[in-house]
Amino acid sequence: MIQPQTIFAAKKIFLTVYKKLRDALTDLLPIVLVIAFFQVLIIRQPLPQFGEVLFGGLLVVLGLSLFIQGLEMGLFPIGEAMAHGLARKGSLFWLLCFAFALGFSTTVAEPALIAVSREAAEIAGQGNLIPQTEKSLSSYALGLRLSVAVSVGLAILIGVLRILRGWPIHYLIIGGYAVVMLMTIIAPDEIIGIAYDAGGVTTSTITVPLVAALGVGLASIIKGRSPLLDGFGLIAFASLLPMIFVMGYGLVIFG
Amino acid sequence: MSFFKLFSGIFLETLRDVLPILLLIVSFQLFVLRQPIPHLRRLIVGGIYVVVGLALFLSGLEKALFPLGKIMATQLSDPTFIYGSKVAVAQPDWMAYGWIYLFAFMIGFATTIAEPSLIAVAFKANEVSGGVINQWGLRLTVALGVAVGITLGAFRIVSGTPLYLYILVGYLVVIVQTIFAPKNIIPLAYDSGGVTTSTVTVPLVAALGLGLSSTVPGRNPALDGFGLIAFASLFPIITVLGYAQYMHWSAGRIKKNLKEENNAI
Repeated sequence: MIQPQTIFAAKKIFLTVYKKLRDALTDLLPIVLVIAFFQVLIIRQPLPQFGEVLFGGLLVVLGLSLFIQGLEMGLFPIGEAMAHGLARKGSLFWLLCFAFALGFSTTVAEPALIAVSREAAEIAGQGNLIPQTEKSLSSYALGLRLSVAVSVGLAILIGVLRILRGWPIHYLIIGGYAVVMLMTIIAPDEIIGIAYDAGGVTTSTITVPLVAALGVGLASIIKGRSPLLDGFGLIAFASLLPMIFVMGYGLVIFG
Repeated sequence: MSFFKLFSGIFLETLRDVLPILLLIVSFQLFVLRQPIPHLRRLIVGGIYVVVGLALFLSGLEKALFPLGKIMATQLSDPTFIYGSKVAVAQPDWMAYGWIYLFAFMIGFATTIAEPSLIAVAFKANEVSGGVINQWGLRLTVALGVAVGITLGAFRIVSGTPLYLYILVGYLVVIVQTIFAPKNIIPLAYDSGGVTTSTVTVPLVAALGLGLSSTVPGRNPALDGFGLIAFASLFPIITVLGYAQYMHWSAGRIKKNLKEENNAI
């Protein structure tokens, strides 16, 4: 005889899983439609390794929904609570430490960044820019990820300082643009593409919600700051600074 | 069997990647805030979900999204598909790659319009502006920005022109717009650039660029393959600033008209 509670719990779990999967599927549906449209009507060739791609697609949907579910259960509430707690504690030193650590640790584990840096290492290896051994490839990929993570950490730190001091955002961003352009002149050509991309790659699934929570939380506690006006803008720094740092990394590696 | 090997390797790497976040949270909670960790069980279960989900996602990425982007780019830029014969072309004609541009445009639009973080940002923007900025209007604007950006990026790879020129011009446009745009939209517009490029978009778009640069004659993946994501995160800033400016202007005009009507009465 099965307890009614067990049935209830099972039903609840089933419903949550179903809802998450449905959400992930609706996110992916437009992409699937575009690809199917092109494959069937324009290319008119069978997709090679169709079964494998389908299986991989299922893994992506399943993995993404599990991942987001896990974030919402554990990481987001505690991250938000800590951002609030630290802002209220009022110690500038610890707040800045937390800002840096948050930016760094969320970026190191960013799935999109892991995938792209691995791909970048392979391309660099095929182009004979770095020795094509397993070890040098993975150290190149790790170097890329670490320089992006450090720069995102610094970016969040600067962004928090901006909220505290009330600096206008556009001067900082325009100044950053100028530095990007100057770095472009001296950086080796092979790194420029990946460096520019690094800005967009860093800010996705994990980083955006946590960082936004930190910004809005801070701005709502400090007097005279509007959470809607000053709370935004952290992500803008986090997508600007990595460009500069990755070009710096390229200067060191390819020199 | 090979899949399990792949998966277990990725799983171990993922574990190593997630460790810094856990260490950060635990040490801050215990040593700086000096409080016990709330909802410890939820945190642990959530952590397990994160690691397993991430490992599944990355293995799926390796099997589906990367190959898919590359296959599509290769098929669409295949000389037999474009020129009808297997002639070796030394200098590609950028006009012949129409389907590539259409594909880039549609994939940019499709990945952005359903993006969850964009939906959240659109909701907040509606709040900031006191309802002046329409949620759907903003989402369409951003998606259009990403679509145009990726299309232009694909054109850049086909034509082989230097990336920094496009980005430089884009920056100049952003700076000029910043001067004229309503001040309270600026941080939001800057953020919308980073928000749009999600975990699914990035690998697919990156693979598109790499595939394209390896099949178009005369292009080198190491030099030309990257840069599409940079376009996708720059152009939404421009379109959002433009949209805000337009809404501001038309709201101002309506007010002015109302005033004039009142005066006339």
